[in-house]
Amino acid sequence: MHEAKNQFWAGVRAELPLLVGVFPFGMIYGALALDAGLSRAAAQMMSSIVFAGSAQFVTAQLVRDAAPALVILLTLAVVNLRHMLYSASLAPYLKNLSLRWKVLLSYLLTDEAYAPAALEYERNGFKPGSHWFLLGAGVALWTTWQFSTALGIFLGAAIPAAWPLDFALPITFIGMVVPSIASLPVVASALSAGVVALLAYGLPFKLGLIVAAVVGVAVGVTLETLKKGSR
Amino acid sequence: MNIWLVMAAGGIITFGIRFSLIYLFGRFQIPEAVRRALHYVPPAVLSAIVFPELFMRDGQIMVAFANTRLLAGVIAIAAAWFSKNTLLTIVAGMVALAVLQVLVV
Repeated sequence: MHEAKNQFWAGVRAELPLLVGVFPFGMIYGALALDAGLSRAAAQMMSSIVFAGSAQFVTAQLVRDAAPALVILLTLAVVNLRHMLYSASLAPYLKNLSLRWKVLLSYLLTDEAYAPAALEYERNGFKPGSHWFLLGAGVALWTTWQFSTALGIFLGAAIPAAWPLDFALPITFIGMVVPSIASLPVVASALSAGVVALLAYGLPFKLGLIVAAVVGVAVGVTLETLKKGSR
Repeated sequence: MNIWLVMAAGGIITFGIRFSLIYLFGRFQIPEAVRRALHYVPPAVLSAIVFPELFMRDGQIMVAFANTRLLAGVIAIAAAWFSKNTLLTIVAGMVALAVLQVLVV
C-alpha cells in the first residue's frame, strides 16, 4: 500500500507542470461554453461527462453554430480518435488489472494524463502498483479541470458581450495545431482540410467539416506513403 | 436538440474510444495503416474548423484588410509557429483582433 501511495503522488507531481497550462484552458472553456449558449449546469457537467479538452471546445463551437446532434457526435468522435492510440499504447501495461481499474483509468485517459504516464512507464518500467501513477496524474488533472471550468463559468458571465470572445475558439485551435506541425504531409493535410472546408461550407448539417477532415487525412497518408516510396 | 442527450452520448463515445484497446488488448491489434492515419486526424479536423472562422464573412469568402479575423488569425499562426506555445498564441490572436478592430473601423 505504501508503494501505491508513492506512485500516486509521483503521478500528481509529474502532472503539476502540465496543470499550469490546463488551468487557463479550463477557464476559457467555461467562459466560451456559456457564451456559446450552454447553460451553466451543462457547461460544467460536460467537463466531467465528456472530460476531453479539445472535444469540449469543438462541441461548444458546434452548439453555437446550431449543428445537428449527429454532426456534433460524429465530430466529437473524430476529434477524440487519437485517444485510441493512447489506449493501444497503455494496453500492454494495464492488461493484468481488474475491469474496475481499466474502466477508471480509461475514463481519465486524456492527452495530459497519458503523456507523463507513458513517459514514466517507458523510462522506469511497469511494476506492481505503477497504475497508481496514472491514477495520480489523472485525478490531479480531473480536479483542476472541474475547478477551472467552474471559475471560467463564474467569471465568463462578467465579460462584456461586445468582446469577441468567440474568436478565442479558432485561436485556441491554431495554438494547438500549428506547434504540432512537424512534417510536409501534416502541413498538406491541414491546408487541404482547411481549403475543402471553405469549398464545402455550403453543405447542409455542417457535413463540410467531416468531408474536409476525411480529405485532409487522405492527403496526409498519401503524401507520407509517396515520401516513403521515393526513398 | 437536447444538449444533455448529446453530452451523454458524447461521454459514452469518448469513454468507449479510450477503453476500447485497453479492454481488447491481445484480442485485436490496430492495423498499421489506421495507426498512421490517426496522426493526421487532429490537424485536419481543427484546420477544417479554423479556416471558415477566418475566411468566411456572412457566408462569403472574404480576403481583404477589412477581414480583421483573417489578419488576426495570420498573426496568431505566426505566434504559434515561433513560440510553440498555445497560451501565448491565444493572447497574441485576441490582442491582435482587438487592435485591428480599432484600426480598421
